Amino acid sequence: MEQTIKLQIDRKRVEVPRGTSLLDAARGIGIRVPSLCYMNLQGMCITNLPASCRICAVEIEGRRNLAPACSTRCEEGMNVTTTSARVMNAQKTVLELILSDHPTDCLVCPKSGNCELQEMAARLKIREIPFKGASSNRVKETSPSIIRDMNKCIYCRRCEMMCNKVQTVGALAAINRGFDSTISPAFEMPLRDSGCTYCGQCVAVCPVGALTENDHTNRLLEDLANPAKTVIVQTAPAVRAALGEEFGMPVGTPVTGKMVSALRALGFNKVFDTDFAADLTIMEEGSELLDRLSRFLAGDKSVALPILTSCCPAWVNFFEHHFPDMLEIPSSARSPQQMFGAIAKTWWARQTGVKREELVVVSIMPCLAKKYECARDEFKVDGDPDVNYSLSTRELASLLKRANIDFNALPDDDFDNPMGESSGASVIFGASGGVMEAALRTAHELYTGKKLENVNFENVRGLQGLKKATVDLNGFQLKIGVAHGLGNARALLEEIREGKSEYHAIEIMACPGGCIGGGGQPLHHGDSNRLKARARALYAEDEGKTRRKSHENPYIIKLYEEFLGKPLGEKAHHLLHTSYFNKGKEIREQ
Amino acid sequence: MEKIKTLADLKRIKENVQAKIDLREKSEQSGELIQIKVAMATCGIAAGSKEVMNYFIDHLEENGIRAVVTQTGCMGYCYAEPTVEITKPGREPIVFGEVTTKRAGEIIQKYLKNDELVEGIIPVNYHTIQE
Amino acid sequence: MSYKMHALVCGGTGCRASNSQDIIAKLQEALEKKKLAGEVQVIATGCFGFCEQGPIVKIMPDNTFYTRVKPDDAEEIIAEHIIKGRKVERLLYKDPERKESVSDSKHMSFYRKQLRVALRNCGFIDPENIEEYIGRDGYAALAKCLGEMTPREVIDEIKLSGLRGRGGGGFPTGLKWEFAGKYQADQKYVVCNADEGDPGAFMDRSIMEGDPHSVIEAMAICGYSIGASKGLVYIRAEYPLAIQRLKIAIQQANEYGLLGERILDSDFNFSIELRYGAGAFVCGEETALIHSMEGARGEPTMKPPFPAESGYLNRPTNVNNVETFANIPVIIMKGANWFNKIGTERSKGTKVFALAGKINNVGLIEVPMGATLREVIYEIGGGIKNGKKFKAVQTGGPSGGCLTEKHLDIPIDFDNLLASGSMMGSGGMIVMDEDDCMVSVAKFYLDFTVEESCGKCTPCRVGNKRLYEILDKITRGNGELSDIDHLRNLGKVIKDTALCGLGQTSPNPVLSTLDNFLDEYLAHVKERKCPAGRCKELLSYVIDPVLCIGCTLCTRTCPTNAISGTRKEPHVIDAEKCIKCGTCINKCKLKAISVQ
Repeated sequence: MEQTIKLQIDRKRVEVPRGTSLLDAARGIGIRVPSLCYMNLQGMCITNLPASCRICAVEIEGRRNLAPACSTRCEEGMNVTTTSARVMNAQKTVLELILSDHPTDCLVCPKSGNCELQEMAARLKIREIPFKGASSNRVKETSPSIIRDMNKCIYCRRCEMMCNKVQTVGALAAINRGFDSTISPAFEMPLRDSGCTYCGQCVAVCPVGALTENDHTNRLLEDLANPAKTVIVQTAPAVRAALGEEFGMPVGTPVTGKMVSALRALGFNKVFDTDFAADLTIMEEGSELLDRLSRFLAGDKSVALPILTSCCPAWVNFFEHHFPDMLEIPSSARSPQQMFGAIAKTWWARQTGVKREELVVVSIMPCLAKKYECARDEFKVDGDPDVNYSLSTRELASLLKRANIDFNALPDDDFDNPMGESSGASVIFGASGGVMEAALRTAHELYTGKKLENVNFENVRGLQGLKKATVDLNGFQLKIGVAHGLGNARALLEEIREGKSEYHAIEIMACPGGCIGGGGQPLHHGDSNRLKARARALYAEDEGKTRRKSHENPYIIKLYEEFLGKPLGEKAHHLLHTSYFNKGKEIREQ
Repeated sequence: MEKIKTLADLKRIKENVQAKIDLREKSEQSGELIQIKVAMATCGIAAGSKEVMNYFIDHLEENGIRAVVTQTGCMGYCYAEPTVEITKPGREPIVFGEVTTKRAGEIIQKYLKNDELVEGIIPVNYHTIQE
Repeated sequence: MSYKMHALVCGGTGCRASNSQDIIAKLQEALEKKKLAGEVQVIATGCFGFCEQGPIVKIMPDNTFYTRVKPDDAEEIIAEHIIKGRKVERLLYKDPERKESVSDSKHMSFYRKQLRVALRNCGFIDPENIEEYIGRDGYAALAKCLGEMTPREVIDEIKLSGLRGRGGGGFPTGLKWEFAGKYQADQKYVVCNADEGDPGAFMDRSIMEGDPHSVIEAMAICGYSIGASKGLVYIRAEYPLAIQRLKIAIQQANEYGLLGERILDSDFNFSIELRYGAGAFVCGEETALIHSMEGARGEPTMKPPFPAESGYLNRPTNVNNVETFANIPVIIMKGANWFNKIGTERSKGTKVFALAGKINNVGLIEVPMGATLREVIYEIGGGIKNGKKFKAVQTGGPSGGCLTEKHLDIPIDFDNLLASGSMMGSGGMIVMDEDDCMVSVAKFYLDFTVEESCGKCTPCRVGNKRLYEILDKITRGNGELSDIDHLRNLGKVIKDTALCGLGQTSPNPVLSTLDNFLDEYLAHVKERKCPAGRCKELLSYVIDPVLCIGCTLCTRTCPTNAISGTRKEPHVIDAEKCIKCGTCINKCKLKAISVQ
């Protein structure tokens, strides 16, 4: 039986379940108590509740001091005031204090217009900062994916929470004391020397401009302006589900056609789709799964099972750093982005006669780790990367605005061929569970030889951190697991390490919700409904496709016929597979 | 050491020690030993009480004085460390403050040998619940 | 040759200022005259602490206590008391309440002002010898609990005693134990907070150094009452001697079977381990302390959940400080009704204070709750050093407030101190005299809290820094009137919004000095003057042309060549060059140089 609590907030009577915070109770009746450090991704068990910014202070009758609404539980008979002179003065003063140690160069800040602090300053009508004094002076750091400008940090600890509690990466944590407190890798070492996976979740939750992506827009502008270059672009599945948000469209509006038009308007020579490479990934990864399974069923004890997906670059970084003793378990298949680059710079380049050195492959990704992945040495040929660089969804949006493109008014357009064709299976790669679902659609048919009628595997969809399912393959019960968020992945990996894992195949995506919640996506500002809407957009696009299985993609069939031979064949092995490295300085104590 | 199992065990130890402590507190018997307690908390040690304690131990015997030198905690007279409390049999304890080795020498020569007081006596200004 | 009598004459600063040296001379003179120099020894002693009634002369062995003695009284004391054995009535101490003369110091109320409960064994037993502790009823309380009392009865006894936490918060100890006892878990913990961090405070250290077993015994009693079998002492690594003594004590208690399995043949098991802190002030806050023990960053978290529900390793945990624990065995032995008769209505028992600052008897004292600041400062503390005027006393450590003359007669307890704008804290008491600049004092404490802030919440991390900066600006003579408003508002907001006790109290030194010494702030801001002459930037060194004879001594010693002038003519100081080091003042024989 759930008990309820009755209280009064701003003279309004409220009844809420026991355990409700004052902030939730107030917001539930339309009282928008301001907050900064607080974050609650409902449905994913992700909350940031350090009660440290103190901007949500409210007055409770009979209490000596003000109470932080975010972390004060409602109690029977409480009489709460959120707008007394005392409260408003305190909120304003606290904000002035934060601003007194924050650069005022908003006009040139990458987060300008999308900054929670800026918004709060406008809302509380700050017109001057009465406190002058010392300000933090820390060195700005650039890594392949993430830029840290800690002078802008307001110490909300959201990034620390994501990095430690949700992702269990432990790259970022609070260091120093008092006024010198800041968030940093241990011993103030650079991010690139830490165990950072570049998942970008810290960037995704940063309310200010302290953590931002390493912006490659200018490289793209230079290449587009260079007549000697052929510049082609690929767009990841999750981008189309979120890009519209940056142009004021309702969350969850798919904008595939407009996006293609916009990219063409920017001047790309070809607009291709990473989805094509996703279909290719299924061919390779699915075949690898079947190969390992059949060897396993034939009694081969050396087979590494479960097989783990390897599309997510942050996840790859994670196991290279944190589970270097298990490098043989993940699939050796490269990610769709890299498969695309490898095929574009060989098959497509040969077809069209573009020289490798004149070809620039750009990717638009929901992800920041992709920036790092492009730069990995194993994905270069004579120093030339298969994918030259990657831009995030956010970078694309701001570039489109800058390029005078009225996105909302654009007509829909189609991707170029051959690498623009894709199945419905590839579209859902962008949501957690999608890769596994796509692989099952193909593996099922390849293994059983029968046509799969219902292609929807509902129990691997959704925002639940860990999903499992059993699939009947001609009597063989295939056990699959799906995890998103590296913390959930860690739990699965530790099971495997202890030999307790029940699964045959596991999909892992580093970001909560999968790529739709990636570090390069439009900011969700703590609203998990956005992630749900984005996922719905992807599943709708899948439903609308005539071909919903990767192996039915005609250009994939053509690619194997003309160029690759068969999945897991020698050419495929050379171009589409990779190996992993031990990046962990030491294996964690077991 | 045999472990204490019962209240009786505890009482036995208490009674054994009590005699020793009583003597330190308000010994009436003459001919007993002189008790010298050196305050050896951090404040005392910082002010040199260790040297003073060693001085007493080293120099009492050569002066033919039979005394027990023990350490104890802070007496609270931090402004006058090192402090030493001396109880002659049958007498009130006297606390000496700012006891350097030089003053320790004076205390041996004058107070212990000749009952002559030396500079630096601190009047005890508290009561404990034992009294 | 042996003296028959001793005449002890106070040689403390206070009495010396009232000619106690002359008294000694006169006493000796009188003794010579009567040929008694070989019988009676006259000796100067340390301060008796009763400076208000000085100079003091005490005749031993009969403990006669003469007050307000003048040199001329010497002859009468010798003639009457020493020779005829008749006490000089008019010089005896008059009890202010009973209006009677009291001859023996033991019966004077002044010497009743200190009552040692927590410090009962400090300075009395050898802390490294468990038997001496047992000899003073040690471990009898534990035996009583295990043998005769249920855990519930132990908690009830502590509740009835009215004991409140001595670490600063003043939370009722019995209630705390009751909460921790209520929660069920596979493991519970008793934690002793020995992270004494107030500057100048050392009562906990003294207890651990002087009477470590009292803490151990109390922790075991607490463990028995709340159902915990593990104890942890969180002690700062800067206390090596306390650590060593605790280690020895724990080892001895284990050897004697007073810790370990089946203590005193009961079903109760209890062990104690030490955890070392790195000396972060905020780790005295119990949630921060627990995080530090867990190996996490030492910073507080919101309560609830309280440690009683979810503390060390998310288990029910009871945290008390050293002095609180030291009171427990006595309460069990003498009973709650003995304890709750000491003290005031809402604050029972005694409190240990570390007296420091401009006071004669710097040291550790223990007084019953309800003693006044006047009694502590003037009677026990022996008054202000060098006969200066009392200005303020800062209680409650760095985040306490400054109390003034008008607060001197308030009975000290948790609630009264809070109501006067200060707090009990852990018992630091720092006395200031007329030479102390109150703006600088506030700045000094803010400097400490800025240094010790963990940085977690905005008001403390940034707010205290800004408070400090404004104070610094004022002491440098750059203050504006609006700064005073900023200090007030900011102080209020920090108190209102900071996360933990450190932040919630850190503005107290500023707010209380603003309340009590606003004129000093205004002098700094409006007139650019520091009335106490402390703020260097606000001082100027000036040579009086009338007094100066042009000896050039100052010129030669000035390190920055700021003084110039012709020989035998008055000299001048160039304010631009002068660094206000004070060397010239010390050199000038004619006192021609002054600070303005």
